[in-house]
Amino acid sequence: MRIVPIITFMIALTIGFSTQTKAGELVVDLSKTVVPITTSFTGTDLLLFGSFNNDNNADIVVVVRGPFQDEVVRRKERVMGVWANGVEMTFESVPSYYYIAANRPIEEFLSDKIAKIHKIGINGLDLSLKNQDQVPALIKAQVREFRAGLIATKQDEGLFGKKPGNVYFKGKSLFRTNLHFPANVPVGEYGVDVFVFRDNHIVDEHTTILAVQKFGIEASIYEFAHRNALLYGILAVILAAAAGWLASVIFRKS
Amino acid sequence: MQIYLPIAEMSVNIFLILGMGGGVGFLSGVFGVGGGFLMTPLLIFIGIPPAVAVATEANQIVASSVSGVLAHWKRGNVDFKMGTMLLVGGVIGSSLGVMLFSFLRDLGQLDLVIKLSYVIFLGIIGFLMLIESLNAMRRSRKHIAPPKRTHNWMHGLPFKVRFRRSRLYVSALLPIGIGALVGLLAAIMGVGGGFVMVPAMIYLLGMPTAVVVGTSLFQIIFVTANVTVLQAVNTQTVDVVLALLLLAGGVVGAQIGARAGVKLKGEQLRGLLALMVLLVCAKISYDLIAAPAEMFTLGLVGAH
Repeated sequence: MRIVPIITFMIALTIGFSTQTKAGELVVDLSKTVVPITTSFTGTDLLLFGSFNNDNNADIVVVVRGPFQDEVVRRKERVMGVWANGVEMTFESVPSYYYIAANRPIEEFLSDKIAKIHKIGINGLDLSLKNQDQVPALIKAQVREFRAGLIATKQDEGLFGKKPGNVYFKGKSLFRTNLHFPANVPVGEYGVDVFVFRDNHIVDEHTTILAVQKFGIEASIYEFAHRNALLYGILAVILAAAAGWLASVIFRKS
Repeated sequence: MQIYLPIAEMSVNIFLILGMGGGVGFLSGVFGVGGGFLMTPLLIFIGIPPAVAVATEANQIVASSVSGVLAHWKRGNVDFKMGTMLLVGGVIGSSLGVMLFSFLRDLGQLDLVIKLSYVIFLGIIGFLMLIESLNAMRRSRKHIAPPKRTHNWMHGLPFKVRFRRSRLYVSALLPIGIGALVGLLAAIMGVGGGFVMVPAMIYLLGMPTAVVVGTSLFQIIFVTANVTVLQAVNTQTVDVVLALLLLAGGVVGAQIGARAGVKLKGEQLRGLLALMVLLVCAKISYDLIAAPAEMFTLGLVGAH
């Protein structure tokens, strides 16, 4: 299941479709297009850099979002004195990770409407319920509350940026920004979008696809545990039994 | 030094995990308990997803009970016939437990049930142990003989079997029932269940104390092995890397603990253990009752 997007991505990469430049003047590159999760992975920083033909005062927005999945949000309720998961709502294709960076606060150069259209910024995120039509109008307010809860929880987990990052200009047309991926970043495919805005309009954009992948022994163990679950379980038991036996042998002699 | 756990999908400090394994191993060596009831809550406290904590701890207990049972076996302190009866019940109970585990996870109520089970069982066991050890301390001062076993309803049950090693003639339904209950706990709580089984064997079955621990460890090996395999297949929450780190620390700690334990008095030991059990119980209860920092929790649809 998980391998399919990665293969698609690799094919895209080799054919060269992963970078699409519209107007031809915006050029973007990433220090790496694969974030490897290895045994010592504790999060990583990528450098995004680029240049564009900046004759007017244009603004740059970088948005990283990735693997989309349905997310169940449950509200805790007090049941007989104990906090338990109560009412739940399912939000459709929520990005597991969302990060945004800009050269200045986006409210200064983007209207809410444009931000919503391009899904820029936490408030611009389009988080809608899975069975939208089944939701009675009465609970619309509750949906808003759950949406805020979803965002707050994601921010606490460090997966939604609490505040936008900075895009730095070097001279007039060169820019760079740091993209941080925390230790708990989900495995999957990410889109890195760079937008050039002028007068509340997109004048140029560029998309790079980024893959977060497990590598080496981490990947092997994970794959094995999911593909050959029975064998994995049996081996885990044998390993533990052998370790226990070994321990009793070593400590008997000493 | 950080290490990334492939199944828990998070990065943890390797020395913290080794230290936790060592610390809990030490206590289990001192008190002669499995330590699962301490380790699983500790893993949850440091942020390991409860489902992974429970399944992985079952895997670790396989190791600690194998090394424990070998010593008892050599002294002839394992009643294999009784152990097998307990085991039959244990496999049934733990299989049901893993099914219940997946069901609760999909409902979004797994964490709550794990925590509630801890509060209930730790509360009852800790309280009973505390009273018992206080009574024992008083008795040893006044030289009063411990109360004798009496006949009750349990001796009227059918399918009676003779257990030579335990010098018992009781219904097979009793050990199977106890085994099933313990198996259920093993699957839901990530414990060996010794803390329920040992008192049940002594007070319900009336087994001689000498064979109780060895026999209990014997059955725990197979029940936790069953839980490990079933969890690996149904929920994919067994993290071998985490289990290996825990048992590396645990094995060393247990040996040091066993040596330290010899120097302490039995009743005092049980009193201390009871206090520790109640402390863990109090902490989990507090977390359940206190207003949560975050009112919302996230889960994936049809968690796989």
